[in-house]
Parts: sequence; C-alpha cells; structure tokens
Amino acid sequence: MKFSRMAPRRERAEAAGGGSAPLRTDEVSRHAVRLVVIDADIPRLVPFRALPRLLRAGDLVVLNDAATLPASLRGTTANGTRFELRLSSPVDGSRLTGVLFGDRDHRTRTEDRPPPPSLAVGDHVQVAGVSAHVVATLGRRVELIAPIAGDDLWRAIYATGTPVQYAHRIDALPLHAVQTAYAARPWAAEMPSAGRPITWDVLLGLRRAGVELATLTHAAGLSATGDDALDHALPWPERYEIPKPTVAAIAAAKARSGRVIAVGTTVVRALEAAAQHGPLRAGSGVATLRLDPTYAPKIVDGLVSGLHVPGESHFELLQAFAPRARLEQALALAAGHGLSSHELGDACLILREAALRPGASR
Amino acid sequence: MDTKLSIRGQGALVTGASRGLGRALAEQLADQGARVALVAREAGPLREVVEGIRVRGGLAHAVVGDIGNKDAIHRIAGQAQGLVGEIGIAVHNASTLGPTPLRLLLDTECEDLAAVLETNLVGPFRLTKVLAGAMALRGAGVIVHISSDAAVEPYPRWGAYGVSKAGQDHLSRILAAELEGTGVRILAVDPGEMDTAMHAAAIPEADPASLQRPAEVARRIVQMIERAPSGARLAAPQWEIAS
Repeated sequence: MKFSRMAPRRERAEAAGGGSAPLRTDEVSRHAVRLVVIDADIPRLVPFRALPRLLRAGDLVVLNDAATLPASLRGTTANGTRFELRLSSPVDGSRLTGVLFGDRDHRTRTEDRPPPPSLAVGDHVQVAGVSAHVVATLGRRVELIAPIAGDDLWRAIYATGTPVQYAHRIDALPLHAVQTAYAARPWAAEMPSAGRPITWDVLLGLRRAGVELATLTHAAGLSATGDDALDHALPWPERYEIPKPTVAAIAAAKARSGRVIAVGTTVVRALEAAAQHGPLRAGSGVATLRLDPTYAPKIVDGLVSGLHVPGESHFELLQAFAPRARLEQALALAAGHGLSSHELGDACLILREAALRPGASR
Repeated sequence: MDTKLSIRGQGALVTGASRGLGRALAEQLADQGARVALVAREAGPLREVVEGIRVRGGLAHAVVGDIGNKDAIHRIAGQAQGLVGEIGIAVHNASTLGPTPLRLLLDTECEDLAAVLETNLVGPFRLTKVLAGAMALRGAGVIVHISSDAAVEPYPRWGAYGVSKAGQDHLSRILAAELEGTGVRILAVDPGEMDTAMHAAAIPEADPASLQRPAEVARRIVQMIERAPSGARLAAPQWEIAS
C-alpha cells in the first residue's frame, strides 16, 4: 500500500470514488476547513477550529514540523534534453535524491508525460542551474552530486525550485501555500498537509484546553510518480527525527491515560517506525514500515488527516484506526455536506475505539 | 515562561547582516556558539562577513534575499533552516530610511512610505509568521525587533522611518501578548546612535567619535536576548526595560 498525501488519485480519475458518493475536489481556505469526527459515535461534522473541544486535557497532539521544499527542479542533460527532477528526500550535503520526469510541467498528468531521459552513473546534467553528476540510478530514481554544497546549493534550489504539484491545479502553487504554520527545517518533498488547518487559533486553543503539543520532523516524500512500478512501492523509506522531549511527552501522556493524536500520516509513520523494535526511541531513523488495515498502532491513538476514499491506498491506512463501515458512513456524511477531498481541502479526526475511554487498556 | 535562553547551539537568523549592527550581532551570536544564518540583499559583502566568522571558528551561512520582498520570505526562511536548522533566535535588524537626504513627511512620495513599511514593518511580520510557530511548539525562542527613538519621538524628516518603527514597536507588544505562555519572547530594542553607514546617511554631519560602536551594542543586545522578559522595549543608553 502507499500513502497518498497529495492526491495521486486525481492523476488517476478512475480510482477516485470507489463506489461512495463523490466528494468535492476543490481547495478550501485553511480558515474554513471542516472536520469529520470519527469515533465510536455516529460520525459528525464540526468546523476544524473546534478541534480543541474534541480533545481532553492530558491528550498530546504530535505534529510534523517539516517545511516543504521547492522540490521540483528543472534540468537538462548533456545533450540538451530537458527534464524535471522532483526531490524525494531532504538535501544531504551536496547530494540530491529524486525522481526524473519527462519534459512538460505539472499541468500534464504524471502518467501522461513523456519518459524522462535515461541517465547513467557518471553522466553530467544541469539541475537548478547547477552542474551535477549522477552517482546512482534505479530506473527513474537518481542520486546526483553537485560540485557545491551549503549556501550556494540551497540558494540555487530556492532560486529556481517550485513546490511539487499535480495536474488538477493549473496555476502555480506558491511556496507559502504548502507550508504549515509551524514549519521549520525544509525536509518534506510534499506538504504534510494534515497540519494546514492548524492555525494559531487552534494551536493556542489546544494549549488552553490542557492539550499538550509536541513535534517531530518527518521527511514526507513524493505521493505519486505516474509510474505504476514506482508508485506501487510508495512510500519509500523516509527520514525522521524525534526529539527527546517528544518521547518524554508521549510517555507522560500514556502514563496519565492521555491519548496521542498524530497530525498526519507522516507522524503516524515516524512514531510507529520508532517503536517498531521495542520502546519508542528518540533520535533519527528511516521509516520503512507500511501501515494497513491489519496494523495495530502501538503509539498513536488518533489521527487528523485529509479525507480519503475507498480505492485510495490512504483509505487502507485509516482502517488501522476505524472500521471500514464507519469510515464509509463518515464519507457519506462528508459528501452530503459538500466536503472536499483535495489535499488542501477538508479533514477528519479519527479516534481509535480502544482509546476512547480514559484508562482503557491497550 | 520567560526562561533564560542559552545562545550556544541555537539556530539564529539576523537580517541586514552584511554591515553595521546586523553584522555585529551575527558575529556576536556566532562567537557565543550559535549557528547563524546571515541575511542581506547583496551577496558580495555578505559573503565577506560570513567568511570572517568562519575564519574565527564560528558557524555562519549566507542567505541572499530582500526582506521587503513578499516572495522572498519563505525562500529566506527555508534556506536559513536548511543551513542552520530550526531558528531559535530571529533578529529583525534590516531596515531602510527611505530616500536620503531625509524629507518632510508630506514631501515623502506615497510609494516611498509604502516601501519603507514593507521593509521595516511588513517584512519582519511576514518572517515572524514563518518562524514563530516552530518556536512555540518547542516552547522556546526569541524574536528581536531593532527599534529606534524615532519610534517614540516625532522627529521632523524621520517620518516614514519613524512611522514604520512605531508600528514595529506595537507589532512587538501585540505579538508578546498573543504569545504569552508559549515560551516565545518578543523584544524591541532601541540601540541608540551608532557609528554605522545608516547613521551616516541620515546624519552626515555627526562626529563618529561621539557614537557607540556596533560591536559593543551587539554585546548588550545578546545579553537581552538571553534574559529580557517578553514584551519589553529596551532602550540605549540606559538599557532599561521601558515596557
């Protein structure tokens, strides 16, 4: 299965819907997002800003503070063939890791774009106005080394790079539109978009409600490439870093029977990966695990996410937190009220039933 | 929650860092062990300052950008945090007088007033919007606005600058009120008159010997960054908290 953070489903219209009533697919202002609440009760609809009222004093909300890179870079091969490189991982010194796309821009669906030039180790290319050489390839996935690092490389990336975007939005996404209110290091290839409706009003409201906040950094990768073989293997291993205070805050929340609420699947992936082989550990790691309906979360009791429909792999992940029938009930409610499944659209809060009662054993 | 902040190990961002007080602040923060992203419009002078810090063993990076340009804000913040990590200290030092010799306010072109506000008031607001969230989630951070006595005194011919700095002082106070309890401190610092290129542009006849050295002022401001309470307006030469 794969996570679909940025809606590859709209690149593949036939996958959308999956038998449920259709959701809207347009963008929603981050101040107007609505939230479908999915717990043991009948699903219900509230404004997103009501989130603080839905949680309890002692709960802990964990957010991914990765800023979104301008990860779409233009390039040309030595013989002048143009391509797009979409960074799939954080910039590492002078190393750029990403996926090649054929010439054209985001307005052509990824699966309809011409194949990218085939690169081999040792080839020289121009990317973001910088000459670089290929040090590894795996099909369309490449690693490049630039002759510069630090100030100059970051300057080149931010001078010419643009946010990764897909064909369902024609006009260019500005960099600010893909940042959360609490973004820090630029690690994400695509926006950790579940946090988009977390305004300062919500953040401060959560604090006032006695809900604690903690962060981690998770390098959300690409959600689609338009290449079936590649897409099937998504999400690829993703880097994460969990600070010590966050591990301590989770332990304290568990000890007082507070719930750990992840904002976004990237937070779920990082926390569950870091607890895969024993107690949750602080520090950095690479998440390789895949979450599906049979997965029993060890750390995360609830999840804030965008809306996802059956047929989408992301819908499978949500089933680790709520039964399919209840998710479908929630989607019917969402569709009936005109909610949007756009990645910059509406949202849901899923609370695991086992986590609903204070002190419930897990 | 006005805990003392240790400079060592912090990611810091200083705007207007290629000369004058900004340069001195960046050098002082780096000397005390911060990883500093220096922001300025011109690459050449900025690179020289960065190299100077590195030669002394400090951690410094150059980010070329204009704080008065809306489209540059996320690029500046992104590069800075890619280079030095999360920002725990942000110093809004870059500022412009507008056209010099200074004009009476009513002789100031509307566009010139707007441009001064963009650089001195709206730019810092935009950058704070980008940086303050992660500070609040970590429960620590300091944002410093470099102010001026022109924010308080209605000096003739300092109109555009004075208006922008008065606005910035109030921006500082409102942010401090809204962020109370988050661990993020917001300060306004009036550094007094210093021997800088900006001072020379505003008051060419001033005797440099009568003016403060930027390095000495920077040392005092870094002390304020460590421990001054949020919402404070600190003014030279007494460096007392003027609320």
